[in-house]
Amino acid sequence: MRYEAPVSLDEAVHLLAAEKGVAKILAGGTDLLVQMKADLIEPDLIVDIKGILDARTISGTGASGYCIGAAVTGAEMNEHATLRNDWPGIVEGAAVIGSTQIQSRCTMGGNLCNGSPAADSIPALIAAGATASVAGPSGLREIPVRDIIVGPRQLAIAKDEFIATFQLPPRRAHSADAYLRFTPRTEMDIAIVGAGVNLETDGKGQITAASVAIGAIAPTPVLVEAAGKVLIGTSLDTDTLEALDAAARAACNPINDKRGTVEYRTKVAGVIARRAAETAYQRARSK
Amino acid sequence: MKHHISFTVNGDPVEALCDTEQTLLDVLRDELDMTGTKEGCGTGDCGTCSVIVDNRVVCACLILGCEMNGRSVETIEGMADGDKLHPLQQKFLEHAALQCGICTPGILVAAKNLLERNSDPTETEVRYWLAGNLCRCTGYDKIVRAVMDAAAEMRGA
Repeated sequence: MRYEAPVSLDEAVHLLAAEKGVAKILAGGTDLLVQMKADLIEPDLIVDIKGILDARTISGTGASGYCIGAAVTGAEMNEHATLRNDWPGIVEGAAVIGSTQIQSRCTMGGNLCNGSPAADSIPALIAAGATASVAGPSGLREIPVRDIIVGPRQLAIAKDEFIATFQLPPRRAHSADAYLRFTPRTEMDIAIVGAGVNLETDGKGQITAASVAIGAIAPTPVLVEAAGKVLIGTSLDTDTLEALDAAARAACNPINDKRGTVEYRTKVAGVIARRAAETAYQRARSK
Repeated sequence: MKHHISFTVNGDPVEALCDTEQTLLDVLRDELDMTGTKEGCGTGDCGTCSVIVDNRVVCACLILGCEMNGRSVETIEGMADGDKLHPLQQKFLEHAALQCGICTPGILVAAKNLLERNSDPTETEVRYWLAGNLCRCTGYDKIVRAVMDAAAEMRGA
């Protein structure tokens, strides 16, 4: 098994293109090393992207739109005061993953490419309308985050490509987001439902735009367009919250396992979507 | 594939040869004979192998040794000053914040990193910070009290 630590996107792309066997990208390693130890994967080449400046940097502003490197850690996002203020939901999604030790290493790029339907950092990215810059042999291409996970552990990214950065849209006035998840334990657990809500108001309390994305309720994290729609034109009154709850439940096609039955996950999806919407709404109103 | 890595451990420059597969934990224990850092689960769940890399607490079992070039690593071996225990170590003894002791090096290292960032943490902050350090003996209460007491003493010192 070879290990390479390129310092540019081009160098990384060339390494991936030249590898005949299995190549894996290493960012934080909190999933990759676990899978290697369990013999689930046996890479011939590991490409550590932490030496690539773009992949390790948060740049931009709320007004211009942030660019977050795929290998930026959860702890670094959580310590970035303006990112936290502008995109509290995206930071919440990244910052609830694992322990202090895992936060020092885990990344959104890795969380996305692990391809889990329950990935905590993904619903808020989808709700935000974030895109990923994917580096490959023909340069960079930009794909909406919501199109990347196509099934459990299946990605719309080729073997010779990798995610370099995430782009967030400009943060508009009177808008905010929130991510909320439900886990059987209070910490160190996998979401049985996670909901990201991003919404904008007219400054007087009426919602003018809204997106709701939910994780762990289907084979992939899903953008629940019907749930976003019911919020628009409302002031998040009781009837709207009930309609949101119903739309979230209608989008559910979850697994049945020891951590939650289908009925339970479906019920909780409505509750969590509601609460995430309430938090995002309060934040948007205070801006 | 062998990698020649050079980094610092507790301020001292070290060099080692490691295979790609070897983790930082393997390098510390098997190549550098620094066995103070323990292996627990080996999958990042228990925090037993906690060390500090470039001022961040991490699980040494989830980092490759070959990632370590140029890095600064702090381990339990660097905590006491000769025979003089670190205040956290002293308070762990006074509060009997350990029984079998296997989790203790990791918890001490993680707690030290917390107190370097926040000299006056609340009990809740201590509990969340150490949530990734499992202890099957103490029930955590004595650990949390020892950390709070050490923090108070260090603020006074």
